[in-house]
Amino acid sequence: MIALRHIFIALALFVSAFSFHTTSFAQDQFSKSPAVEARLKKLSTELRCLVCQNSTLADSDAPLAQDLRNEIRKLIETGKTDEEVVAYLVARYGDFVTFRPPVNASTALLWFGPFIMLIIGLITLIVVLKKRAKLLAAEEVS
Amino acid sequence: MMPDIGHYALILALVVAVLQGVLPLAGLPKNNEKLFAFATPMARVQSLLVILSFIILDYAFYANDFTVYYVATTSNSNLPLMFRLAAIWGGHEGSMLFWVSILAVWTLAVTFFAKELPLRFRSSLLAVMGLISVGFILFILFTSNPFERIFPAPFDGRDLNPLLQDPGMVFHPPLLYMGYVGFSVAFAFAIAALLDGRLDVTWARWTRPWTTAAWVFLTLGIALGSRWAYYELGWGGWWFWDAVENASFMPWLIGTALIHSLAVTEKRNAFKAWTVLLSICAFSLSLLGTFLVRSGVLTSVHAFATDPSRGLFILLFLVIVIGGALTLFALRAPSVGLGEKFDLVSRESLLLTNNVVLFTATGAVLLGTLYPLLIDAMNMGKISVGPPYFDTVFVAIMVPGIFLMGIGPIANWKKASVPDMASKLKWALGISVISALIVPSIMGRLSPMIFVGLLMAFWVMSSVFTSMKLRLDAIPSGTLTQKLKTFGRAYNGMLLAHFGLAIFIVGVTMVKGYEREHDITMQNGETKVINGYNFKFEGILPIRGPNYIAKQGQFYVSKEGKQVALLTPEKRLYPVQGAVMTEASISINPVRDIYISLGEELEEGGWSIRVYFKPFVQWIWLGCVLMGLGGILTMTDKRYRIKKVLNEQSITA
Amino acid sequence: MKLKFLIPLVLFFILVGFLGKGLFLDPREVPSPLIGKPAPAFEAPVLGDPSKTFSTADMKGKVWLLNTWASWCVACREEHPLLVEMLAHDIPLYGLAYKDVEQDALDVLDKMGNPYIITANDADGRIGIDYGVYGVPETYVIDKAGIIRYKQIGPITPESLRDKILPLLKELDA
Repeated sequence: MIALRHIFIALALFVSAFSFHTTSFAQDQFSKSPAVEARLKKLSTELRCLVCQNSTLADSDAPLAQDLRNEIRKLIETGKTDEEVVAYLVARYGDFVTFRPPVNASTALLWFGPFIMLIIGLITLIVVLKKRAKLLAAEEVS
Repeated sequence: MMPDIGHYALILALVVAVLQGVLPLAGLPKNNEKLFAFATPMARVQSLLVILSFIILDYAFYANDFTVYYVATTSNSNLPLMFRLAAIWGGHEGSMLFWVSILAVWTLAVTFFAKELPLRFRSSLLAVMGLISVGFILFILFTSNPFERIFPAPFDGRDLNPLLQDPGMVFHPPLLYMGYVGFSVAFAFAIAALLDGRLDVTWARWTRPWTTAAWVFLTLGIALGSRWAYYELGWGGWWFWDAVENASFMPWLIGTALIHSLAVTEKRNAFKAWTVLLSICAFSLSLLGTFLVRSGVLTSVHAFATDPSRGLFILLFLVIVIGGALTLFALRAPSVGLGEKFDLVSRESLLLTNNVVLFTATGAVLLGTLYPLLIDAMNMGKISVGPPYFDTVFVAIMVPGIFLMGIGPIANWKKASVPDMASKLKWALGISVISALIVPSIMGRLSPMIFVGLLMAFWVMSSVFTSMKLRLDAIPSGTLTQKLKTFGRAYNGMLLAHFGLAIFIVGVTMVKGYEREHDITMQNGETKVINGYNFKFEGILPIRGPNYIAKQGQFYVSKEGKQVALLTPEKRLYPVQGAVMTEASISINPVRDIYISLGEELEEGGWSIRVYFKPFVQWIWLGCVLMGLGGILTMTDKRYRIKKVLNEQSITA
Repeated sequence: MKLKFLIPLVLFFILVGFLGKGLFLDPREVPSPLIGKPAPAFEAPVLGDPSKTFSTADMKGKVWLLNTWASWCVACREEHPLLVEMLAHDIPLYGLAYKDVEQDALDVLDKMGNPYIITANDADGRIGIDYGVYGVPETYVIDKAGIIRYKQIGPITPESLRDKILPLLKELDA
């Protein structure tokens, strides 16, 4: 299915009414400091590229992605924390921009649902197994 | 002319599929054997007609028949033959036809390899498969006809998306679809059994090899896709938790659960309702995946939002197939008996616990995949759920499951004792803890995730060896191979698959924990030292491929004076679509990959380059291959050769 | 107790409900978090006359539209005639030339007509980032207090103009 994913990326690029053409004069302006690059790398793999929406900001060659990477470099260099950088982007593009959904009331089910489901599942299994044993024992007696 | 024949063949297949679906089911109430007798010939004719129309469409690709609109949009006369033939599944219409063709292959397989099933059961089985085929052929004929013509024909085709022009494209979709669609057989077994009220040990035994076969295909298909993405996309990722990938991963997880619960059902005639529900779920998730991919609800295809007819059609089909199956389940499952006794602590219970874990893990993937849609549908905004979520939640749920995986094969059927298992496994536990500490000390960095990952991998490995040793010791005499043979292939296959998973976990942990990425710029003739390796950039060569032109970088990699590899990453231009592609170049060895891809040519001269060091990354796919081999070994176990089973039955009867 | 066997069916139908709804949603359209928030302030050179600047501070107390566009954007061309038409209706439309070559942008205005009262030039796309632009054209409706009240993602269509933008302008002007 990975193949299909790329069909979709390609389609999204070609079919899209919103076009981002190759008029990019932006290029990645790599920071002199490897620490900045490392933090950018870590951050940008958790951020979504808004143009080709199925890739991360780290992987995308879209001009907007390059602009945003440069913007993040600047923010990091001015001493912003990772949280502040993400908040900066969320304020502009919404929660859609981060691949790590915030934990709040509307995402509680997403973050905690699976664990609750696991606990309920295990309890149900034990109850069912015990009940079953009882029923089988009763059958044997009768 | 030819394409029209293909179209008619498909229409005819629809008619035959309706008969294949309706006649045997009509025979059920009165046990009408005449009606049952239709099932096999109808199924064969239907399958051959579908396959014929597939071959005709592929011939249009071979012959560059651009009067066929679909061919004109997905192929080009300059496209190499191998890719032309594979381009048939490069777009929507063709992949749907491919879907039914694979269903036809499975249907044929059932008519040939399941001959020994009772006529009544086999007929309902084929009828269910016929009805699934009806739905998909209708979908193709009404919303996605690949045989549509265009006159006058364009001079040449618009070409296959260059990203798909790779050998991966030739092999990945067939394997994946064989797995995806293969679960339709288990589904049909389940429905036939529910209709017949024959949910029993023999049903489980019949279903198992078919389920395993589909699972093997899916395992290999997903692995191949992952490996393809790894080298094709140029950033060295191998799994993205993308909606489309998740769509293939969910049936795999449920299929894995199903394989394990079938073991309990076969051994103890127990948890039949649960097993049958899993059979339904596995195929339902395949269908759901088809819906997610094909309707565009998650995958951002703008054009689909304005024309939801295809999506509505599949959704309706889902409602009929899955809704119908689950209704039948609600009606028939309550009357299923309890089966035999086993203790709370036993191999059976452990297998069922594994089911809870795998089921929950599937639930987590499903929830994460659909949550953006749920939030959007309730007008609560737009969010993205990506790798950070899945890496956290999925892994946290799977860790206890993998711990149990180490215990399962040691536990006795029916009744196991905790102290006994603990004493059998104490060495395994000790060795795995120590190994999980030693490896990071060699690699130079330890983190909690690395420790847990390696611990799980070594735990499963050492438990596999412990199980083997215990079994070998229990046999008084014979050579090693003789002893191994007495285990039976099902048991050996299980151990091999478990071992494969351990190898897979090693790969994932090592890559996640120790991969290195370097963004550098290099001038012609320059040498740089990266991660202890010398990279000498010998410039760029122009290359002309069959349908592209490329710039190929020449990088001589050496370490301590010894030549390691010549890496030749490319930047390709495919003129038909005007697309630029990056082709990575990789030096592979068992303990590390060196992965290099070309960035941009810089204005001030030289190139930007990305170099990755990926320790043990090949173990990820090696592990999957071992899992697949394990599955194959299990399938060929002699107790699944149906003739033999029937003989046994007639003896005991 | 038999009801438990219905659970899968019920869950499935809930899922179908959401999937059905999902078919009519556009996964590409990302709503702006800026709606209801103050429009980011900026000061930028005027397109075609870099000696002058356009500033959001000048717009205090006015209702206005900010349309981001570029000469390289195909969808903007589609939208352009409608914008020119809007000019006739006295709609306070301001432009933001996003990541464009100045002369290219001016050529488009020459050829297709200039619907903008003023076009600010955002050559490096910095202002675009502050406004959360991810694909031109995008259009913002800003009220007298400088609050963003509406964002049109993609080209303005006759329908969105009639049903959303014009009523909103009427309401804000009142």
